[in-house]
Amino acid sequence: MRRQDDERMRFARLDARRITLDLQADDLLRAYRNMLRARLVDERLAELRAQGYAAGGASCRGHEAAQVGCVEPLNVGLDYILPYYRDLAALLAIGMPPEAIFLNQLSRATDPISGGRMRPAQWNSRALRVVSASGLVATQTLHAAGIAFAAKLRHENAVAVTFFGEGATSEGDFHEALNFAGLHHLPVIFVCENNGIALSTPQSAQMSVAHVADRAAGYGMPGVIVDGSDVLAVIGAAREAFMRARSGLGPTLLEVIVPRLGPAGSMPDPHDPVEQLRVYLISRGDLSPEADAQMRADLAAGLDAALKAALAAPLPDPATVGEHLFAPDSASPSPTNPADGGKER
Amino acid sequence: MRTITYREALREAMREEMLRDERVIVIGEDIDGYGGTYAVTKGLADEFGRERVRDTPLAEEVIVGAAVGAAMAGMRPVAELMTMNFSLLASDQIVNTAAKVRYMFGGQTHVPMVIRMPAGGGAQRGAQHSQTLESWYAHIPGLKVVMPATPYDAKGMLKAAIRDEDPVLLIEHELLYGIKGEVPDEGVDFTVPLNRGEVRREGRDVSLITFSRCVHLCMQAAEELAKEGIEAEVVDMRCIRPIDLDLALDSVKKTNRAVVVEEGWKYYGTGQGFAALIYEYGFDDLDAPIQHVTGVDVPAPYAKNLEKAAFPVRNDIIDAVKRIVPQRVAR
Repeated sequence: MRRQDDERMRFARLDARRITLDLQADDLLRAYRNMLRARLVDERLAELRAQGYAAGGASCRGHEAAQVGCVEPLNVGLDYILPYYRDLAALLAIGMPPEAIFLNQLSRATDPISGGRMRPAQWNSRALRVVSASGLVATQTLHAAGIAFAAKLRHENAVAVTFFGEGATSEGDFHEALNFAGLHHLPVIFVCENNGIALSTPQSAQMSVAHVADRAAGYGMPGVIVDGSDVLAVIGAAREAFMRARSGLGPTLLEVIVPRLGPAGSMPDPHDPVEQLRVYLISRGDLSPEADAQMRADLAAGLDAALKAALAAPLPDPATVGEHLFAPDSASPSPTNPADGGKER
Repeated sequence: MRTITYREALREAMREEMLRDERVIVIGEDIDGYGGTYAVTKGLADEFGRERVRDTPLAEEVIVGAAVGAAMAGMRPVAELMTMNFSLLASDQIVNTAAKVRYMFGGQTHVPMVIRMPAGGGAQRGAQHSQTLESWYAHIPGLKVVMPATPYDAKGMLKAAIRDEDPVLLIEHELLYGIKGEVPDEGVDFTVPLNRGEVRREGRDVSLITFSRCVHLCMQAAEELAKEGIEAEVVDMRCIRPIDLDLALDSVKKTNRAVVVEEGWKYYGTGQGFAALIYEYGFDDLDAPIQHVTGVDVPAPYAKNLEKAAFPVRNDIIDAVKRIVPQRVAR
């Protein structure tokens, strides 16, 4: 009985939010599909790693609502996104094709993210304005501040949104980036996907404040905490942060509390954001169990085909190892390194 | 041609590039109110505004990191670090991001930016403010590292660096800011390529392979040696990377002897790199072992006389030349 009451309360809150946010059934179904697709891609990447196909990469399991919600207000092609290595769901939601993710994971010649030059989960796309240079924790926060600075100089009205875990907030880069962004009221959103543990270190061993959002006060920006298993709550918080950034009010530190879920294949977790949204959509008649099953089957079939094609794609030609170090027309007489543009003596 | 200082040459380069290309911005500590620690950026904020000439907090990582971000977003930032010694605080951004982005992402994103910073000792700045660390960065694929020795090169190389599509570290020497030299009139467009050195003085007996402030020491040494009949060729290797090795090899082919002269420390540094490449590709042209004149292997001391003892002087170069140039050449 208690459990049912809790659920009724949760559904009522969601009903109220979707009205406030003016979200139609189609919008919610699109968010659900994005979250579900990310889950299915993530599971395939985990399988590839288990099969020894690809080294590296981290799961976005449990982070789907946080990421899909945060990019909902994003203007693709105008706004910049600077993800960290868990942000698969955010990337897919803004239009990165799963094929690209697989080709990158498998380091194929046709990998549009890096041509097989970058380890998985550091995605980049010029067209989608995805800028990822961060295998190093928190460095992307500095780039986001710089991009926002450039956007402001050019009166471009673009927003830079950057993501990181709570462990990143211990880095000096984080401090320098937030201080600079706060000082100059830059259009940037700092999103902390807080799952409570950095590799093995719990948050209590990482900081003396109770919440990452508390840190915002030191930089003169709002710090907002939101439940990352509730996609509607995240959308609401993200929209406000984008509105602040776009209207010249400056940056926001958004702390999204995400659940740590058990491994794929374990029992359904009541905190699972994909499951929570599914139950809600079915209870409200926005989605039938049959349509849900069909959506899963269609997504799985598409992903399996994409993965098969990626596995069949060729590896990069070793003769191209020196390409892309400098601009193609960059002359260099260096004899020892053909990559510098020189030739062997 | 008129005569201006190295400092003025750098300022003119930034000013002309800012007039030519609105994507060019300047970012650094105290570059506005103070005009830069060495007054290189003086007046730029008044002319171009405090958005394009951006004073930053005391935070090297964000100076370089924000410049990297702005470059990736299509700007042409010129970041000024107060000294090269402080670049260590930003070295993660330089080495792990600026140098690698183009390669890591298969050429689709690049970082067209310049980092300007003074290096070098001799002004009693002490151990933590007198270092010459260009070899640390020249070691990294993806970075261009240049060290102009004259006002002409300072202007031409900075203009070329700002127009370059990739990250360039332009390392100035703090004792060079006041030197004067001939530079084309303001507004006369010229650049100096970022991959070519220059022979500063022709000679047949020995090649002095050097760069930055040591070019001037070598010129003085060459004048002295000439009085004794030894003609030294002074080769300014102003591009540390990519290196104009052909220039050094052509000189050694002519003189058959080389002395590498630098202010930095001996081990694993720029000079050893030069010497190794000359041995590797010019071994048959050498008639004597390459000599290496360097700073003494200690952190730069403060006391004036100790500091003088720690950095190479003209006579160190003359002594090194005489160790390998046989007396019969002198006449």
